[in-house]
Amino acid sequence: MKILFVGGGMGGTIVANNVARRLAREVREGKVQITMLSATDQHWYQPGLLYVAFGKMGMNDIVREQTSLLEPGIQFFVDPVEEFELAQNKVRTKGGVVHDYDMLVIATGCEAVYDEVPGLAETSETPYTREGAVRMFKRLRDFEGGKVAVVVGVPHKCPIAPIEITFMLHEFFEKRGIRDKVELKYTYPIARIHNIENIATWAVPEFERMEVDYETFFNMKEVDVENKIVHSEEGTEKEFDLLVTVPPHRGMKVIEENNLGEGGWIPTDRYSLQMEGHENVYVLGDTSNLPISKTGSTAHFQSEVIGENIASIFRTGSATREYDGKVYCFIEADQDRATNACFNYIDPPEIKAPTKSMHMLKMSYNQWYWSSARGLL
Amino acid sequence: MSETKVVDARNTFCPGPLMELISFMKRADVGDQMELLSTDDGSANDVPQWIAKVGHELVSNEKIDDVWHIVVKKVK
Ligand SMILES: Cc1cc2nc3c(=O)[nH]c(=O)nc-3n(C[C@H](O)[C@H](O)[C@H](O)COP(=O)(O)OP(=O)(O)OC[C@H]3O[C@@H](n4cnc5c(N)ncnc54)[C@H](O)[C@@H]3O)c2cc1C
Repeated sequence: MKILFVGGGMGGTIVANNVARRLAREVREGKVQITMLSATDQHWYQPGLLYVAFGKMGMNDIVREQTSLLEPGIQFFVDPVEEFELAQNKVRTKGGVVHDYDMLVIATGCEAVYDEVPGLAETSETPYTREGAVRMFKRLRDFEGGKVAVVVGVPHKCPIAPIEITFMLHEFFEKRGIRDKVELKYTYPIARIHNIENIATWAVPEFERMEVDYETFFNMKEVDVENKIVHSEEGTEKEFDLLVTVPPHRGMKVIEENNLGEGGWIPTDRYSLQMEGHENVYVLGDTSNLPISKTGSTAHFQSEVIGENIASIFRTGSATREYDGKVYCFIEADQDRATNACFNYIDPPEIKAPTKSMHMLKMSYNQWYWSSARGLL
Repeated sequence: MSETKVVDARNTFCPGPLMELISFMKRADVGDQMELLSTDDGSANDVPQWIAKVGHELVSNEKIDDVWHIVVKKVK
């Protein structure tokens, strides 16, 4: 049996390692062949970008060689897929190689796109890209005060980030002794300040304590570059000296170009994680069209379900597990404190008061991640 | 007439029904209709509120067997 993994980010790596370990003997005996195709030989721990943007981690802390994270049985090629021929169980790569498969797992992620909001690329800072995080830190370090606006595009990965970024901005300016010179303004696309009601309820008094001004129903339309004003679809506007954005995202172009899913989002069954209409294709992580959080933890929990099911299908002919929609997020607050949120399709998260120990746990996880990617944690 | 797309946001907390609808609206063509399915009672208010603010059209809004069916049309 040939199992092909497309994408070597968080989801692809965790699930491929999971399958390679479960089917280690079959791989050794040559009964199973595991191949991974990715677009880069490096593995970036994207959540670390938030810390880079605030000067708390360096870029070298958040990257590893992809091959150092993979189980020995996995054949790895840096050769991105350009064509998916699902009817023939084949993909064709940029290098012109055709790989056929019995089972395909797609985890190509998503990317920030700026073309939907004119003026945003030229005016904003973001922790969402590698170049952006480095530039944002330089900008923050040199900032002496003024109007800071946080603006949020839809959809985006890491839904907790808008609130975390705002808390971290408050803390950053406070520690530099210029908080009184900063007017911090937060905006959010829907009726409350976060889509999860319990998080919104918890964060409102935190914002009030930190003197963060907030506006809801604010969807970016365009940025007036010259006058430094963001206009919203709802007809309101925000002036800024420093604009920090969570940019809108789309799935990778290759997905849309191959008609796998509009916007790059692949139609996926919310329980089996199979691509709709394709029994031998699994989808996980940010590229699925599921109406759930695009986070590494989502991809991690989905990996466990897909890994177990692929091994079980190989051994018994049928899948054993369903994905229950589980997501787990740490939420960084200010003053070196953090809290967390855990939820699934049925149960909403309960938010507890932030503590220093939860922050330490997150800081530790930033290091443990590499074990998690290997599938050891 | 353009097709009606179904946006199934039942039983999900994050990003939630309205965020899902906003994403779909951005990709839709003017004239497209979308039917949002939501099990969150808040949607019955915040979706029409957003539609009115942005200037799209609310076609219908009804609860059938615990699921809100909210049909909206992109008009600009
Ligand atoms: C600033 C920031 C903070 C975050 N914070 C958190 C957090 O605190 N907690 C959390 O859980 N999540 C967080 N996330 C989100 C998390 O990083 C993503 O949800 C996660 O990486 C998704 O995993 P994925 O495998 O779907 O995609 P990715 O990890 O993005 O991997 C996609 C992979 O596909 C490859 N690829 C792309 N195109 C092709 C192609 N054509 N062929 C082959 N391979 C291809 C890429 O090279 C890459 O290896 C954060 C993200 C950011 C940006």
